[in-house]
Amino acid sequence: MVRTEDPRLLTVGGTYVDDLREPELAQAARVTFVRSPIAHALITGIDVSAAREAPGVVAVLTAADLDDLPPPPPDSGLTGTEGLPFPLGGHWSEPLFAVDRVRFVGEPVAMVITDDRYQGEDAAELVSVDYEQLPAVVGVAGALAGESLLFPPAGSNVAVSTGTPADSAAFDGCDAVVEQVIVNQRLAPVPLEGRAAAARWADGKLTLWVSTQNAQIARFILAGALGLDPANIRVVAPDVGGGFGAKIGVDRDGLLVAWAAKHIGRALRWAETRSENMLAMTHGRAQRQVVKIGGTRDGRILAYRLEIVQDTGAYSRMGGFLPFLTSLMAAGPYDIAHVETAYQVVMTNATPISAYRGAGRPEATAAIERAVDLFAAEIGMDATEVRRINLVPADKFPYTSGSGATYDTGEYVAGLDKVLTGAGYAELRAEQARRRETGDVLQLGIGVASYVEITAADADGGETARLVVHDDGTATVYTGSSAHGQGHHTAWAMLVQAELGIDMSKVTVIHGDTDLIPMGVGTYASRSLQLGGVALQKAAIEVKELGRKVAAEMLEASEADLELDVDRGVWQVRGDPATSTTWAQVAAHVGEAGLAADVNYTDGKPTFPFGTHLAVTEVDTETGKARLIRHVTVDDAGTVLSPVLAEGQRHGGIAQGVAQALLEEMVYDAEGNPVTGTLVDYAIITATELPSFELLASETPATVNPLGAKGIGEAGTIGATPATQNSVIDAVSHLGIRHIDMPLTPARVWAAISEARESR
Amino acid sequence: MKVTVTVNGGEVAAEVADRTLLVHFLRDVAGLTATNVGCDTSSCGACTVLLDGRSVKSCTVLAAQADGRQVTTVEGLSSGSEELHPVQQAFRAEHGLQCGFCTPGMVMASVSLLAENPSPTEDEVRSALEGNLCRCTGYHNIVRAVLAAASERRPS
Amino acid sequence: MIPAPFTYQRASSVDEALELAARAGEDAKFLAGGHSLMPLMKLRLAVPETLIDIGRLGELSYVRADDGHIAVGALTTHDDIARSDLLASELPLLAHAASQIGDPQVRHCGTIGGSLAHSDPAADLPAVAVALGATFVARGRRSGTREIAAGDFFLSLFETVLEPGELLTEIRIPKPQSAGWSFQKFAKRGIDWAIVGVAVQGPNVALVNMGSTPIRARGVEQALAAGSGPREAAAHAAEGTSASDDLNGPRAYREHLARVLVGRALAEAASRG
Repeated sequence: MVRTEDPRLLTVGGTYVDDLREPELAQAARVTFVRSPIAHALITGIDVSAAREAPGVVAVLTAADLDDLPPPPPDSGLTGTEGLPFPLGGHWSEPLFAVDRVRFVGEPVAMVITDDRYQGEDAAELVSVDYEQLPAVVGVAGALAGESLLFPPAGSNVAVSTGTPADSAAFDGCDAVVEQVIVNQRLAPVPLEGRAAAARWADGKLTLWVSTQNAQIARFILAGALGLDPANIRVVAPDVGGGFGAKIGVDRDGLLVAWAAKHIGRALRWAETRSENMLAMTHGRAQRQVVKIGGTRDGRILAYRLEIVQDTGAYSRMGGFLPFLTSLMAAGPYDIAHVETAYQVVMTNATPISAYRGAGRPEATAAIERAVDLFAAEIGMDATEVRRINLVPADKFPYTSGSGATYDTGEYVAGLDKVLTGAGYAELRAEQARRRETGDVLQLGIGVASYVEITAADADGGETARLVVHDDGTATVYTGSSAHGQGHHTAWAMLVQAELGIDMSKVTVIHGDTDLIPMGVGTYASRSLQLGGVALQKAAIEVKELGRKVAAEMLEASEADLELDVDRGVWQVRGDPATSTTWAQVAAHVGEAGLAADVNYTDGKPTFPFGTHLAVTEVDTETGKARLIRHVTVDDAGTVLSPVLAEGQRHGGIAQGVAQALLEEMVYDAEGNPVTGTLVDYAIITATELPSFELLASETPATVNPLGAKGIGEAGTIGATPATQNSVIDAVSHLGIRHIDMPLTPARVWAAISEARESR
Repeated sequence: MKVTVTVNGGEVAAEVADRTLLVHFLRDVAGLTATNVGCDTSSCGACTVLLDGRSVKSCTVLAAQADGRQVTTVEGLSSGSEELHPVQQAFRAEHGLQCGFCTPGMVMASVSLLAENPSPTEDEVRSALEGNLCRCTGYHNIVRAVLAAASERRPS
Repeated sequence: MIPAPFTYQRASSVDEALELAARAGEDAKFLAGGHSLMPLMKLRLAVPETLIDIGRLGELSYVRADDGHIAVGALTTHDDIARSDLLASELPLLAHAASQIGDPQVRHCGTIGGSLAHSDPAADLPAVAVALGATFVARGRRSGTREIAAGDFFLSLFETVLEPGELLTEIRIPKPQSAGWSFQKFAKRGIDWAIVGVAVQGPNVALVNMGSTPIRARGVEQALAAGSGPREAAAHAAEGTSASDDLNGPRAYREHLARVLVGRALAEAASRG
């Protein structure tokens, strides 16, 4: 299987927003943002006069120019209670340009519009902003201390609190109980293409080209923010260079570009620099967790508690929702009688937190997979054995977990065993023992993580598909789902070919244009195939039934006697190839409109992919440097449509997961200044730090959708992070080390080794 | 200043500001938008092109430095989407790309590697691509693609 | 990001380069491969008014054996150094260290002279030049041609003894008396700058990124001269260093790394000696 997308991407490159050469954008001016260099300050003055005089400057805009917007939604009164929607409104709400106060380094304060890009960077330097610096709130400890408030009217930095878990007697009956504070560090998503937008206002209609995962959601947000009728807005997602959750909808920077195009009446384009992207695109993760786990000496886990403080940054976008998902998935793939969770969401002077590959679920998995290893170490049992004892057995599905999620189908123990066998677990342990025996400088670590995750959590939001078969025998798919690397164009064409026998090469897939596809949700939460794919399959079945009727009429046969030869893509009277009638003929028979079907599939349910990852690391005990040398996984996402695409998702997910474990962290200093604001300091993983991966196949079909499909986009990341973390800790566990926080950089691992040796 | 660069075999001449980066010369003057900008610090390699046959990061080279020299971008590797260069073909066959943003740079870095080392080992491929970041593929299939392209090119 | 405006001038000979530099004055910079300078200019941390492109001075790109020493032209790229047969046999430390710099694209552009004149203590070649006891040849309109010992060349971060308008033209490296060599570069990722690095050639030991300049590990050298074994000598590796705390770890960690890496380097050098 080769992708239909690739010839273009490989020869002339994709058409990302900054590549658009649409005639409507021929005269577009260039937007350059002026951003706060200070984490927390009052704005006491903005002087744009020098910038306005600079060469090529068309306009310089600030909050003072936002006089043509609808009033913000009224205070919902919802603060500090459970189950809040996102983003938070009222006095927590996020402005477009900063008004009076900046709350993170990178927050947009003004916008310079110039004829070209180079002039923009020069003129932006001339915008003079006076700041009165305030004490910065850094990290969850700073937020909880409450000495400085981001939103003084709120009276607190704690935006949401579910209270503390009931201190039940659940742990009383345990032989062994372990507690640990775990930091799930702040990450930058870093899609290779940063955020970008182009906008044009003409004839009462706004067109926004934006690098987004969801054109329709972007249109909805835009309509609300600018007070426009959605019918007067067209949002187009051209090729999108990666999203990873950070390009859901459109955020304030993109909204400002759209607003400014309307405000000054000139087409505009904006493509952020990487330096802006690192600070102003949302970040992910950023939880401080306290886990408590208890059970019997023979390995049965009886009770588990997870308490979360979610750092949501300066504004709560999805930050209020992530710990809810973490709590929902807290129990992981284990059958634990007592599970309790609690969380707080706190504001800090840092980049807002939102979805990043996994969005709340990697944090749940990382917590419990560390907890299981800690518990195993406490009772002196092999951690894979503890997992086998506690994994939900295959005969218990559907299974409602201790944290309240109902898992659809699973073969958790089989998945674990497949990985252990595939990796040669016993041989690895023997090699580890040998190296410990000889005191090898390079110690071997074997880390395992079993996981279950929720995909298409918002399945009832549905997804749309429109399929048209044309009178030339080609087909066009209009999908509400939205590709940014996943291979939708190929997968959707496969679905059409499988159902109708129309060759993939004759299927055109269109996505991400609200004029052509007014209704749709788009791509996040690993929802595409199980919702958008099913919608398309249903549309194809409808088209097939339409085709059957038409072909029956043409061949003067009864519908029941007709068959579709899917290999050749022709209708015929059963067993009589002489009656072969092509899709082109059938479609032509109904006239120019062809055969069409529209489906909005809202009957889907969330699905629960699962799997086990095993990471083998070598740790240099003299320097603390850990290196991943093998990574073996089962990622069961139900029935697989395209193994090639599914494996690609797993590969990328694993790499991002390993990167969190070993390398990546968005670091702020005590004044709230980011110190990892470029790709020199923020250590994206490269080819050199990774081995080839060993993927094992496993397919346990979902029963809640006709494709049997579950999501595969996030699984790799969810499993790889704790497997790698557990592996590095395992490599040095013989020194008495039980836990090291991520990222497991050489300095951190060495510090743990050094401390362990001193305390011996 | 006047800059003349032979891009993919054809001469492109223009009056540009002295500070014009080669990548912007290619994108905005030559109209070749495959070459992307992914960072500010010469870290990501999305802008990799060949300058006189050797891979460089075109965001870190001035157009003026390329004056009078030969530049090859991914658009110049093959005559069209029908007839792919062996490295392009291998990326396609091995699913070595997803979102496609790093791809032009990744392909050019690979072409440069194979020109210097026609039979690299897996470690050598990984090492040669360390200046090209990809956030989608985990590099797994990229490495396979480069190894496949190498064995394809070796006379059997 | 885009550099602030500047005037670009291209030199076609060393004499012309010096002439252009003299005319442009203090705010001029020579542009060789540009891979140290251009990133700083894009972040607007460097804002020269004039760039004098010396990248076409083919006369400064060479590796040759001269009387008792190897001469490397200042504009020889890292890639050419890494692939030089002459260096592989005569100065493998230099060839190997050059192959470890940055990534292939950087090595195709970056030059030895550019790296040395940039004087970044985290760069690899300054310490290598110090360990090799190199002599730098510089030319200036006022100072004429002069020779500077590598150990005297580096003053601090981004600062050398070169005067404004003075151009580094050649690196002369004496044929090593003792064949044992090692280069240990410790970084988080392949493309990263060294957290700590060690260059050893015979009795000479120099450290990367343990202060504001490349540092000669005198304590180690003296211990070796006094007959200490590698492990014992390596214990002196952090003496006289001034590593700072940074993102990659506290000073104490980097001092520890220096000791570990010097130990490994001495062992490897001994195995090659």
